[in-house]
Amino acid sequence: MTSGPLQTAGFQDTEPLAGPPVALIDLLDRLLTGGAVLTGDLVLSVADVDLVHINLRAVIRSITEDAPAPWATVPTGDGPAPEPT
Amino acid sequence: MSTREVDVREVNTREAAAGRTPVAAGTGHELTYVYAVGRDDSALRRTVGRLSGVEGHGLRLIDAEGLVALVSTVPSDVFGERALRVLLEDLTALEAIARAHHGVVDAAFAETVVLPLRLATVYSDDSRVVAMLTEERRRFEELLAGLDGHVELGVKVYADPGAAEPAADPPRPAAASAPPSGPGRAYLAQRRARRRRTEDLYRAAGDIAAEATAVAGELARARAVHRPQQGELAGRAGENLTNEAYLVAVGEVDRFRERVGALSRRAPGVHVEVTGPWAPYSFATPDTTGDEVGS
Repeated sequence: MTSGPLQTAGFQDTEPLAGPPVALIDLLDRLLTGGAVLTGDLVLSVADVDLVHINLRAVIRSITEDAPAPWATVPTGDGPAPEPT
Repeated sequence: MSTREVDVREVNTREAAAGRTPVAAGTGHELTYVYAVGRDDSALRRTVGRLSGVEGHGLRLIDAEGLVALVSTVPSDVFGERALRVLLEDLTALEAIARAHHGVVDAAFAETVVLPLRLATVYSDDSRVVAMLTEERRRFEELLAGLDGHVELGVKVYADPGAAEPAADPPRPAAASAPPSGPGRAYLAQRRARRRRTEDLYRAAGDIAAEATAVAGELARARAVHRPQQGELAGRAGENLTNEAYLVAVGEVDRFRERVGALSRRAPGVHVEVTGPWAPYSFATPDTTGDEVGS
């Protein structure tokens, strides 16, 4: 199938437009966890699978599943015990 | 994102229960890849002519009852269930598909309001898409009406201990100038100071993140929370503490950027990054639009 003349969305193209490209991780946040989720007669949807989470998690996410507010657990360095302030 | 692992057999069972044969890889037939749903108007027809989609496949519209789906015809040996699973586990392929999907959604959204679909939403043929549009018509129309005139903006807050280090940490002749305590003592003091700086930094970052949420909330119609970004792709220096998305009226975008972005200058080592405007990916499901903020 021939594609459109501008190929703006063609992934094999060099960056077609001015401006910084969107960061992949910001995009994946939205495309893998956002977007309308449809059910029913799908052949496949990422929503069904979480395959990306399983196999690319080292790249995309840390292994830990729950992500508590990090500032609630201030990194304590490698000191032996918390110090009184 | 849940971590449940879905067995292929489970999906196949569902397919079988729906009275269909699961799509196998390599059988060489065509499938329908859906990017977005919108209203049937001329704006989307313009988009279709100008763009190509995943793997360079052409775009077309499927319409039903005043709604349209923006789709590509794709081969099952690449986008069938099994092939797609393999494909999406390759980061390079995943990126290509993600960028192509986004390219289509973004171009369409530049013309008119659309509801972006999650990556790699594939139907076995057009009639299934028509059925989906018909079935979900009311929900889609409500969502489109609610999103019209708005964009999504991302807000991420980072703490970067490296950037928070005092630039000229007095180049410590300390060990020498404190003979009674000895080098071990000086080392501990130094480490204590560093720990205190780190604690201060994270406290400041927590305060700024809370303020960013408050300021953004005043200017936004809805808020969605993503997981903080981690891993190799996170890129930016420092730790991402919050990763949120806001649905903002087009007329408020500049003010939003200015006021939320200004928080970046509040404390050394704390960055606030505003991304977008995005198509309303994070607000395309009723669950997330339910989290209304402000009024």
